[in-house]
Amino acid sequence: MKQFFIFVKKEFFHIWRDRRTLLILFGMPIVQVMIFGFALTNEVKNSKIGILDLSKDEATATLSQRISASQYFDLVENLKSSSDIDASFRKGDTKMVIVFPEHFRESLLHSNSVQIQLIADASDPNTATTLINYASAIINDYQDELMGETKLPYTITTQTRMLYNPQQKGAYNFVPGVMAMILMLVCTMMTSIAIVKEKETGTMEVLLVSPLKPIMVILAKAVPYLLLSIINIISILLLSVYVLDVPIAGSLALLMFTSILFIITSLSLGLLISSFTASQQTAMLISLMGLFMPTLLFSGFMFPIENMPLPLQVISNIVPAKWYYYIVKSVMIKGLGIEAIWHEVLILTGMTVFLLTVSIKKYNVRLA
Amino acid sequence: MSSVIVNNIIKTYSAEKKSVVNALNKISFEVDKGELFGVIGPDGAGKTSLFRIMTTLLIADSGTASVEGFDTVKDYKEIRKQIGYMPGKFSLYQDLSVEENLEFFATIFNTSIKENYDLIKDIYGQIEPFKKRRAGKLSGGMKQKLALCCALIHRPTVLFLDEPTTGVDAVSRKEFWEMLKQLKKQGITILVSTPYMDEASLCDRVALLQNGSVLSIDTPEKITKQFAKQLIAVKTENMYELLQSLRECTEVENVYPFGEYHHVVLKSNRTINEVQQYVSAHGFKDAELKPATANIEDCFIELMRNQ
Repeated sequence: MKQFFIFVKKEFFHIWRDRRTLLILFGMPIVQVMIFGFALTNEVKNSKIGILDLSKDEATATLSQRISASQYFDLVENLKSSSDIDASFRKGDTKMVIVFPEHFRESLLHSNSVQIQLIADASDPNTATTLINYASAIINDYQDELMGETKLPYTITTQTRMLYNPQQKGAYNFVPGVMAMILMLVCTMMTSIAIVKEKETGTMEVLLVSPLKPIMVILAKAVPYLLLSIINIISILLLSVYVLDVPIAGSLALLMFTSILFIITSLSLGLLISSFTASQQTAMLISLMGLFMPTLLFSGFMFPIENMPLPLQVISNIVPAKWYYYIVKSVMIKGLGIEAIWHEVLILTGMTVFLLTVSIKKYNVRLA
Repeated sequence: MSSVIVNNIIKTYSAEKKSVVNALNKISFEVDKGELFGVIGPDGAGKTSLFRIMTTLLIADSGTASVEGFDTVKDYKEIRKQIGYMPGKFSLYQDLSVEENLEFFATIFNTSIKENYDLIKDIYGQIEPFKKRRAGKLSGGMKQKLALCCALIHRPTVLFLDEPTTGVDAVSRKEFWEMLKQLKKQGITILVSTPYMDEASLCDRVALLQNGSVLSIDTPEKITKQFAKQLIAVKTENMYELLQSLRECTEVENVYPFGEYHHVVLKSNRTINEVQQYVSAHGFKDAELKPATANIEDCFIELMRNQ
């Protein structure tokens, strides 16, 4: 036991004395959460729009005002004629132009029907659709107000409710994703590097020619990174709750338990990588290319897995992060309990046992 | 009683396609308890492979090796409890201090610095003033001393030192061998490899290794005595031309640079005077010739030639 503790102590010295790596270890989660939270967002806000108002009456003034007052739109240009529309888009900033026809209010009141033209820059189709939807919603609101108490004979109204994320914040989606990514990076990459480093500097040779049991070396290497990762999880959760306003809907204990399970999965993966690589660069490349990318692509965090072709969907099943991402989403965002995720927890446990067994079996008690 | 027994060890490495490197070719020797045994050979002779096989780090293709009666393959765990090993590459933790390194290695061998301090006192005493310093910031000689301390801290019965003096300055080398002599008095069997021929005379017995084969195993004195031929040392102004010229000489069997002299091995029944006449006749009037006694290097070269 004394052997184990001194080994863990030594690992902490390594981590602690490598200040730059330490900074990355603790800085990375914070920076990533901040970047995803504030900079890289797919929410549409403050899109620049132009308005071509050919009637300039009371109704168009109210509508224009409402649209430009919304946080989604930023009115930058009042166009004079339809020939300006093209020029406005070509400047590149304008995302949408709203065209009110002549005699807007008169037509609305007298013929009970009028059209508004929404022209959007569809070079980015998602943004265009979103903008059109937002604008239509504002226009519909106005129409409802005009109708007032008038009862139409038949009306079907849709009532939508955005469950779990009523404000449709991107943070609800990426916090679980960032958690999966950080844990994968810290645990897998750092442990594999830590072991391979001993091989590279030749200290492994001395460790091998000692009474230390392989399992002891492996565990002692893993424990510090387990602790570091728990700290990282806590800091991500604190940030998401207090800075990004993403609450933890489910049980915190369950969330921590599943996170620790995923950390152990990632650690075993790191150990496995270290057992068949000989240099720190190789270990890092394999961790980055072989794990980081799949985590990003196949966890469902960036791209919905349901939309992928079948072969890719099948591949996504072997990516541990996919299951963890699902678990975190269920527990943290939806507030579900163990009964909803036991299937995923079981899969992760299975993966961990498999990886750990293989890496201990593959741990070489000799050189080469 | 033998401490280390190596029997017919063969080790090959497969390099690129099909080409096979014969690192060790039927090596056999025994090392007695408490002996200071040297494995002498140039780079690539197979010293490190041999040490790795004895320290259970590599498995030989064929042949057996045992340390303190334990087989290096079957009983490797038992051997690892007993031996001390210092690899050729400086292999301590650069980011740990001198003291932390020593404490770490003491603990993983289930002992403490205090318990065996008397064994390393003489060596550790020299680096103790720097015990708070990171190992990476030590000079080469101090690193070696620390590495030796770490290999000794658990009072091993057999100590394996793979090229401990390579890359260390002449003074530190001398000190290092002094330390080994002290350790020998404690009854520790020491196996040391080195490419420096001059260090051979400091060992009890040496094995001369070349291209994976043992050229000779004996005490340094006996090996040098076996050198049957007459050896002379030659010196002049223009050493390079002298060397060229002597290679043409029919009286000379072999000639090679040796420090500030050239060593000339004479063919049997030739005399130093004949060589004297030869060099004078070839324009080296001021050449200084004197009989020389063969040392290990001369023997090594001679053995290599005859191989």
